[in-house]
Amino acid sequence: MSTVFADVTREQVEDFMFLEAEMLDEWRLKEWLSLFTADGAYYVPATDVPPNASPDTSLFYVADDRFRLEQRVERLLKRTAHAEYPRSKTRHLVSNVRIRARKEDELDVGAAVLTFRTKMGLTETYIGSYRYRIVVEDGRLLIREKRCILDMDGLKPNGRISIIL
Amino acid sequence: MNMPATPGNPEQGPAVWSDLEQCRFKVARRSFVDPDILKDEYRTIFDKCWLYLGHESELAKPGDFVTRIVAKRGLLFTRDAQNKINAFFNACPHRGAQVCRERMGNAKSFQCFYHGWVFGSNGVLKSQPGSECYPADFNKDGQANLVAVPRMDSYRGFWFVCFDRNVQSLPDYLAGAKEWIDIVADQSEAGMTLVGGTQEYQIRANWKLLTENSIDGYHAINTHATYVDYLKNSQGSMSPVPFEGTGYDLGNGHAVIEYRAPWGRPVAQWIPLWGEDGKRELDKVHSRLVERFGKERADRIAFSNRNMFIFPNLVINDIMAITVRTYFPTAPDAMQVMGWALAPKEESPWARKYRLSNFLEFLGPGGFATPDDVEALEQCQRGFENMLEAPWSDISKGMNKEKVNYDDELQMRAFWTQWQKNTQARASAGVKS
Repeated sequence: MSTVFADVTREQVEDFMFLEAEMLDEWRLKEWLSLFTADGAYYVPATDVPPNASPDTSLFYVADDRFRLEQRVERLLKRTAHAEYPRSKTRHLVSNVRIRARKEDELDVGAAVLTFRTKMGLTETYIGSYRYRIVVEDGRLLIREKRCILDMDGLKPNGRISIIL
Repeated sequence: MNMPATPGNPEQGPAVWSDLEQCRFKVARRSFVDPDILKDEYRTIFDKCWLYLGHESELAKPGDFVTRIVAKRGLLFTRDAQNKINAFFNACPHRGAQVCRERMGNAKSFQCFYHGWVFGSNGVLKSQPGSECYPADFNKDGQANLVAVPRMDSYRGFWFVCFDRNVQSLPDYLAGAKEWIDIVADQSEAGMTLVGGTQEYQIRANWKLLTENSIDGYHAINTHATYVDYLKNSQGSMSPVPFEGTGYDLGNGHAVIEYRAPWGRPVAQWIPLWGEDGKRELDKVHSRLVERFGKERADRIAFSNRNMFIFPNLVINDIMAITVRTYFPTAPDAMQVMGWALAPKEESPWARKYRLSNFLEFLGPGGFATPDDVEALEQCQRGFENMLEAPWSDISKGMNKEKVNYDDELQMRAFWTQWQKNTQARASAGVKS
């Protein structure tokens, strides 16, 4: 179904984000990549910098431009991505979705997210919020920027962000 | 290197066992799992050695403060109104509550919220509600001031503390590591600075596994295969430089590997990805280093990589970016890690951007390499569950050579030899020395 930017509803945005979560949890990472624009970016700032910090001046956990995001996916699908081999089981719970603002050509979307990662008998939790910049291209919603802001004091006990949050 | 030669039945001997003739160096896996050994490590290492607290750039202005846990103690690191740097135990001398509960900031004073005692950033008690109920000379001996850490000193902007008043001086302790810290500090004329943002994480593994891993040139090809793939896939992200170099024992358990590698370095190994403008900028950085230090040292600063370990728990890795990393154990199978990015204060926004981009490609819990290190360490810890029947780890690579490579294990043997000297640990529980 073709979407017109001016008419995008929260329900459509939610469906889009729920689909994204499902793709991540089913490890359909190449399909997941297709949800991003050609200049799409994905960020996870450190937990002691402002949520809107820039990766050019502050240390992040993840700051991927489109190329590095593609490389991240490629890496995660290899057997030699040892942190995720055998693959962990994940569950992304996305809630409190809200269109915060409608800008000229993009939506500013906020949500809450809880992600569980289970591997070798241990389950880790990542608690945070999402901020998305979403655009409409050829009638499809696409992510221009996804930022996951962790509501945590560092990554404890989780020692890594080896999945996509 | 002063290595223990301990032939005979290793089960009856020290936890670190070597046989120089046979070129064998083994570490008892008990060292990674036994709670009694962890207690001994606190008593003989963390309570006795100089430990990294923080970098001077974290306290840029008078009144700046940082709270940080160092070897299970909560410390308050301040620059006071007189510009003096201090480290206090973050505990009210009155009844013990933490007087500062913020991570960092700027404050003229710290008020304990429990009963309202107020301390200056120099730790001196300024006021206490109900002071008429105390004698006028109540604090004449300073017993109502914040308790200062017994010893504190800095080297080239890196501040260290020691909980043992009688420890040797910091310069003596750092021994051969000083000139290697110089190589990092000399990258800037204006001074090095930590970039905002801390990577903080926990690894479910013994802390010594991270020591080994941080100065391990041997694991890269296997563990970091996907990082190397990534470099190959990125157009222009490699210069035609082979991996080659050497490991050094720097004394007192400190060690380093120094080597060439194909990745780009903001100071100052150019890669095609950085374009002609980048080349001009890096050439400028390099020429200035040549002016300051001569060509040989400038080339070493700019083109060599260093993974440096300062006993017992500081890592300064000057690689595709510079990371400062410290960690301490909370249990035999758990450690807390803090990592920062260090950079020259005066570097251009362009260089800073590429530095941080380089950092994240490899380093930290979201990078293309560190998560696999974390996995390796956690898998080692799981493997150690078999220690009764599979009791030894082998750290002998390169013992049969005159000149060791950066991917041999001499630097780990330097660490373990010092560790054994401090802890006097035994290979088996219940065997008396």
